[in-house]
Amino acid sequence: MQMSFQFTILIPLIPLISFLIIGFLYSKMSNKLAGIWGSVSIFSSFLLSLFTAYRYFFEVGRVNGVYPKILGFDFEWLRFSDSLSAHLGTLIDPISVMMLVVVTTVSLMVHIYSIGYMKGDRGFNRFFAFLSLFSFSMLGLVLSTNIFEIYIFWELVGVSSYLLIGFYYEKNSAVAASKKAFIVTRFADLFFLIGILILSFYTKTFDFISLTDPSNIAVMQTGSITFMGLSVTTWALLLIFIGGAGKSAMFPLHIWLPDAMEGPSPVSALIHAATMVVAGVFLVARLFPIYALGSDQALQVIGYVGAFTSLFAAVIAMTQMDFKRVLAFSTISQIGYMMVGLGVSGYGNEAGLGYMASMFHLFTHAMFKALLFLCAGSVIHVVHTNFINEMGGLRKHMKITHITFLIATLAIAGFPGFSGFFSKDEIITAAYHNNKIIFYTELLVAGITAFYMFRLYFRVFWNQEASYEHKPHEVEKTMTIPLIILAFLSIAVGYIPFGNFISSDSMPLESHINWGVASASIIVSFTGIIIAWVLYKKPSNLPERIVSSIKVLYTWAYHKFYIDEVYLFVTKKIIFNLISRPIAWFDRHVVDGAMNGIAWTTSWVSESIKGLQSGQLQKYALAFVSSTIILSALLIYILLNV
Amino acid sequence: MMGGLALQDFLVVSTSMFFIGIFGFLTRRNLITILMSVELILNSVNINFVAFNYFLHPEAMHGIFFAIFVIAVAAAEAAVAIAIIINIYRRFKSINIENVSEMKY
Amino acid sequence: MEIAASKVIFYIIAAAILFFALLSVTSKRILRAATYLFIVLISTAALYFLLNYQFLGAVQIALYAGGIVVMIIFSILLTSHAGQKFEPVSRLKFFASLLAVLVGWALSLWVILSHPFVASSKEAVEVNMDSIGKALLSYDRNGYVLVFEVISILLLAAMIGAIVISKKQPGDGETNPDNSKTSK
Repeated sequence: MQMSFQFTILIPLIPLISFLIIGFLYSKMSNKLAGIWGSVSIFSSFLLSLFTAYRYFFEVGRVNGVYPKILGFDFEWLRFSDSLSAHLGTLIDPISVMMLVVVTTVSLMVHIYSIGYMKGDRGFNRFFAFLSLFSFSMLGLVLSTNIFEIYIFWELVGVSSYLLIGFYYEKNSAVAASKKAFIVTRFADLFFLIGILILSFYTKTFDFISLTDPSNIAVMQTGSITFMGLSVTTWALLLIFIGGAGKSAMFPLHIWLPDAMEGPSPVSALIHAATMVVAGVFLVARLFPIYALGSDQALQVIGYVGAFTSLFAAVIAMTQMDFKRVLAFSTISQIGYMMVGLGVSGYGNEAGLGYMASMFHLFTHAMFKALLFLCAGSVIHVVHTNFINEMGGLRKHMKITHITFLIATLAIAGFPGFSGFFSKDEIITAAYHNNKIIFYTELLVAGITAFYMFRLYFRVFWNQEASYEHKPHEVEKTMTIPLIILAFLSIAVGYIPFGNFISSDSMPLESHINWGVASASIIVSFTGIIIAWVLYKKPSNLPERIVSSIKVLYTWAYHKFYIDEVYLFVTKKIIFNLISRPIAWFDRHVVDGAMNGIAWTTSWVSESIKGLQSGQLQKYALAFVSSTIILSALLIYILLNV
Repeated sequence: MMGGLALQDFLVVSTSMFFIGIFGFLTRRNLITILMSVELILNSVNINFVAFNYFLHPEAMHGIFFAIFVIAVAAAEAAVAIAIIINIYRRFKSINIENVSEMKY
Repeated sequence: MEIAASKVIFYIIAAAILFFALLSVTSKRILRAATYLFIVLISTAALYFLLNYQFLGAVQIALYAGGIVVMIIFSILLTSHAGQKFEPVSRLKFFASLLAVLVGWALSLWVILSHPFVASSKEAVEVNMDSIGKALLSYDRNGYVLVFEVISILLLAAMIGAIVISKKQPGDGETNPDNSKTSK
């Protein structure tokens, strides 16, 4: 029985309407009304998403053993040719439904949290308008039916991210960070666009359903041509992956995410932890059948980039002192995990474990990372500093935040029984089956993750109590309730039999915990936790001594391996000086010069001949008489010589 | 016939008068003197008509009638021109043609 | 003798026409210029009389000398001081005009003098008031009634036009019509 999913169009539309209403009635609305309005809107989207999930997974269920891909809503927007047209609509399939639930859940929590967090801020209404805009864009992105539509929402998400990072626009650093984020992701999107064009040129379609149809892919493979040793498919997919890497902050396009922490903490929780940054993962997952069946090389690249990024970001995270930056690098590292999951996955059955694990990790990570950021927001809200060496001993003052943060930390560290353990373990298992190098890397990263997260935890909530200007206190209810809900989810979502819902080919995938691999990762995690315990539980000079013994390495990591400086060097010194300046000179002097020259000449000529129109009748008469005489003379001359 | 006098004699006179009129039209500044130059030009044309009539078509009177009508038209033209000149004088307090150059760029 | 006499008279008249025409366009005093024009027109009438066209000569004197010149003198008196002198014309304008005029003059003269006009030997028709009056009002092949009517309408239109144009309109000659009462 075909169930109607027409209503799914409402899920992104409600936040859009909310954005328009809050935006237009910006100065008319009271803060309270705007906050409640935004939250109620996203709550209705949330309910609709849950309903969609229920209807999709349980009422529609499997058709011929697989979950069908359903076009909930579809209309033709642009018709390029008879065979190629751009549609707008909603596509309902397991991952989009999962993403709907993730996005609306986190967004709802963040909305509620923000009512407390942003209280008294001058830009309160603006904040909620932007949050609604972002929710709309993100929901549109996950529901996109075709690669063209996803690109539109992709850019919309980028814009709302830009607006929210630069929310405190009086701060220069916030402005710089928002520009950086926008430019870096936009730069990556350029490749995404090229990839879209190549892919659609060779497949003659934008549509996800036909793009990811395995029978279609085979056709595309045989008919493809090669370029520089790689097939066109591989090139297109790699270019699309670059776009995804830009949004998901994969190395070397990760540089914008740590700076994006200039935005308000709820924004970091929503955009830069749970939803937007996983858009790249979602994109690859969306096109996964092509990656898996069409191009092994592209998938390998994704796996290695993900593995390297996760290690790289984890190492940096160990050294950072800024609370939110640690979490930012942790996010980069965790997204690296998800990429690894996709990279080591195959298509169908047991080989598709990585895909399932990646989506699972996306799901769990969204919950606990949003929680971490919201806790960080609470802490920063209370102690008015971002630096963890100015914190300490907060467990006595902020009990709820402490407990929820501990839960989230255990979840991300992969402590058995918490959600992160299940999802991360499955990724590592998938890597174990597929690629040993990546497997060991990820195992190591699991330990480092446990270490830096507990470093953070012990440093902030235990250790020596810092001297605070005001005595720390627990934050208000609108902020703690989301924390509690998310903490509950951080534990509970691990027990969802995820393979039943999402797998690479939509067939049920029974995942068992591989106790060999699991025990290895548990041991590594515990090691990390214990090291953190020893070093940071109580004030000691041990960390300093360790740091000074590996001074060079520490400094490099602390400065994020100087990637930002490399970028600055490349852009400012090389691109600006060698390419942009000559082009600017050419533009200013040659192109503009030619145009100005034409205008100047015209002006000069008209200026110099306008004297002819003097209004002096006799000059006209003289011209008339002399011309008549000359013409007569000519006529006579001609007549005489005929 | 006019013994000894040829058509050319009249034509030379009228032509010279015509170009004198043109010269006046081009060099005079006062609108009234310009009008006078125009009268000279018309007059020279009249001489032409009459002379042609006399020497080439003595059996008809077309040249004479042309001259008469030209005189009538000249009268009408002079009347309108003087009306315009007076109007210009009222507006510009001058009938110097060089001051009347509103119709320029 | 008669031949020589008419020739002499013609040259005298021609010389007078050209001389006074020249004076008329170069004189510095406008009233004198008008007077010279008057002499030129009278001389032209004399030329017509010489050709035995008495009616035309009379019309010339009555209309041109009597009508137009008087009208011109009226307008001179309305717009200028009687003894007003003109400033000399600019040299460039003067010589440019002179050059154009001389070239045109020479060209025309050359054409006229090089063209062999053949005088008609046909019997001259009697040109008197009677024949002219009949021709003006006749509508046969040599009649001019249509032109006569057109000219009448033209003259009427010119008359009305001249009155309308020269009629003093409110605000004419004033920079601002609203201030005219107070400023006077």
